Amino acid sequence: MSSIIIITVICLSLLAFTSSVILFYIAQKFSVEEDPRIDVVHSMLPAANCGGCGFAGCRNLAEELVKADSLDRFICPVGGSETMKNIADFLGKSVPVLEPKVAVLLCNGTLENRPVTTVYDGAKSCRIANSLYMGQTDCSYGCFGHGDCVNVCKFDAIHIDISSGLPVVSDEKCNACGACVKACPRNLIELRKKAKKDRKIYVACSNCDKGGIARKACSVACIACTKCLKVCTFDAIKIENNLAYIDATKCTFCRKCVEICPTGSILEFNFPVRKLVAENAIESKTV
Amino acid sequence: MPDKLKTFPKGGIHPPENKVTASRQIQVLDIPGKVVIPVSQHLGASSEIVVNKGDKVKAGQVLARSRGYVSAFTHSSVSGEVEKLDYIIDSTGFKQSAVFITTSGDEWLPEIDRSNALITENNDSPAEIVRKCMEAGIVGMGGATFPSHVKLTVPEGKRCDILIINGVECEPFLTSDHRLMLEKGNEIMVGITLLMKALGTNRAMIGIEKNKSDAIDSLERISKEFHGISVHPLKVKYPQGAEKQLIKALINREVPARMLPIDVNTVVHNVGTAFAIYEAVQKRKPLFERVVTVTGKSLRSPGNFLARIGTPVSFLLEAAGGLPENTGKVVSGGPMMGKALVNIDVPVVKGMSGIILFPADEAGRSTQTTCIRCGKCVTACALGMEPYLLVTLSEKGLFEQAEKEGITNCMECGSCAYVCPGNRPLLDYIRLGKSTVNKNLKERAEKSK
Repeated sequence: MSSIIIITVICLSLLAFTSSVILFYIAQKFSVEEDPRIDVVHSMLPAANCGGCGFAGCRNLAEELVKADSLDRFICPVGGSETMKNIADFLGKSVPVLEPKVAVLLCNGTLENRPVTTVYDGAKSCRIANSLYMGQTDCSYGCFGHGDCVNVCKFDAIHIDISSGLPVVSDEKCNACGACVKACPRNLIELRKKAKKDRKIYVACSNCDKGGIARKACSVACIACTKCLKVCTFDAIKIENNLAYIDATKCTFCRKCVEICPTGSILEFNFPVRKLVAENAIESKTV
Repeated sequence: MPDKLKTFPKGGIHPPENKVTASRQIQVLDIPGKVVIPVSQHLGASSEIVVNKGDKVKAGQVLARSRGYVSAFTHSSVSGEVEKLDYIIDSTGFKQSAVFITTSGDEWLPEIDRSNALITENNDSPAEIVRKCMEAGIVGMGGATFPSHVKLTVPEGKRCDILIINGVECEPFLTSDHRLMLEKGNEIMVGITLLMKALGTNRAMIGIEKNKSDAIDSLERISKEFHGISVHPLKVKYPQGAEKQLIKALINREVPARMLPIDVNTVVHNVGTAFAIYEAVQKRKPLFERVVTVTGKSLRSPGNFLARIGTPVSFLLEAAGGLPENTGKVVSGGPMMGKALVNIDVPVVKGMSGIILFPADEAGRSTQTTCIRCGKCVTACALGMEPYLLVTLSEKGLFEQAEKEGITNCMECGSCAYVCPGNRPLLDYIRLGKSTVNKNLKERAEKSK
């Protein structure tokens, strides 16, 4: 009885030894030379695998970062400039400082502002709807609200607001990876520079039609009246294709354009409540 | 006997025919007070408007000239004054530039022969026929609106030995081609001889589905007077009106993927196109009116109307007894391949074969469920593809694989979506995949340049 056990143990030990020799030999012979820095850089990255950098996941980015001579064209939108700076320090390379950004929707065509003229019951996809017709409303530039951007967001940062029918971006969760920008068939999402206290001022409209047509389709459409252009003392606003655009790098958040916009297409977020001055201004307008 | 009827071998479906207007004669519709004529009613490059606001125009006058080879002329359908040049949402659902004309009287260009007399004599050379087709703005009247002069020009090194005339009208509801074959048989035959002359062939085959036996009989009788034209009854099956399916059914030749009928020595034209070519060449009349079937279960007096291009759909509906209250959807074209209209002010265009009204309770889509892999879509596909697979690939964004599966060959006939027991939006996703793959192919071709 005991001999069987002894034979078994010896056989298995021999088997284990020969296998280990073979495995060791193979490991030596076929080992892939990999830069040990890739592992370190990979561990520094946020491991979100969002693809916002343009590469297939964080590992791929790490490989490219180690290989590259200069880090100019690389960004990790999730980790931001801090992560990139750490990596650059580790690799002994320099990196341009990247300002944090956040996604904003350049459309405010809520169900209230933009009357629905047709009913769409096809597949719930903005890209399909965009290839079929110009939209449920008379605006051929605005948001469909079928949520292609919601589906691609890996950070759960976009949701469709049922009451308005438009996607809403959470400033905290958004990492500005740009997936939604690519997903939107109408290019309605912009990555804008993040400001203090998440303050934002932007023209929430993308309608390039002439003022009258745009206004007919949506009550908060930009009609390119140039009032904001005239009131802006920082040269931050330009008007192209019947549409105003506020340059986030020049804007000083004075809020003059928001007050003067006759259609209310310029939106402001996260500002303290206005003082009575604004109310007076409105009163004087109505008189 | 019925099994002997020719048809294409793979797939196909047979939806309820609902051809209620088959016995209604073509009525000439009144001229509306205003017409809106979109200048791009064809496939290919858009045309260039040559009139200005305030210009006086006559019916048949050129409004827009073609800008390239694959493009077509657009003519005024009425006499009157150009009110404005603006944009309108047409039957495609998108904005197009259009000419708005206020009508006054009904004055045609003097060279147009307005009589009903049949002219069989023709001394034009093939090149002249092609030129006249181009100048008359003739496009494929079956709905694809591909400029006809392009199809009539046989590329060098290729030849056409059989001309196929498409009188299939496999879409349910539609009867415009059916009525045209019954009422304008002689004109169609002359049109076919012109087409044969232009293509340099002496054989033409007309394919008609068996459900139009009166049209088959009538054309067979007329065809005896014309040399080389024969009429062939076909089994009733959708999508037999598709070019490649019809070629397979009639002369058993297979057009390979990404190739044209001319590669197998044949050309297909619609009966409506043959009639339009007759009018263009023999009567010097440009394409500015067409037969439109206006039908629907709750419509008071559905019928086939000869309407001027640019007539608002609402005007047509008025002639057919007014828009019923319970209407849920107005479709331009057939119920299988047609498109729902955004509003009823859109104008009649060259490719509009019918207007179909669906009551609200039938118009909407049914609840979607998941794919149960029953394979019905595979059985229905006339191209032998696997729609469920293409849809999944396109839904998941795997466009490279979809390309390998041949998604671009799909002709969007909608048979797969029609048979799907889960009411899945198969065609929607295939269209998405197809357009994305086509875009990728184009980008790649540009890069390799």
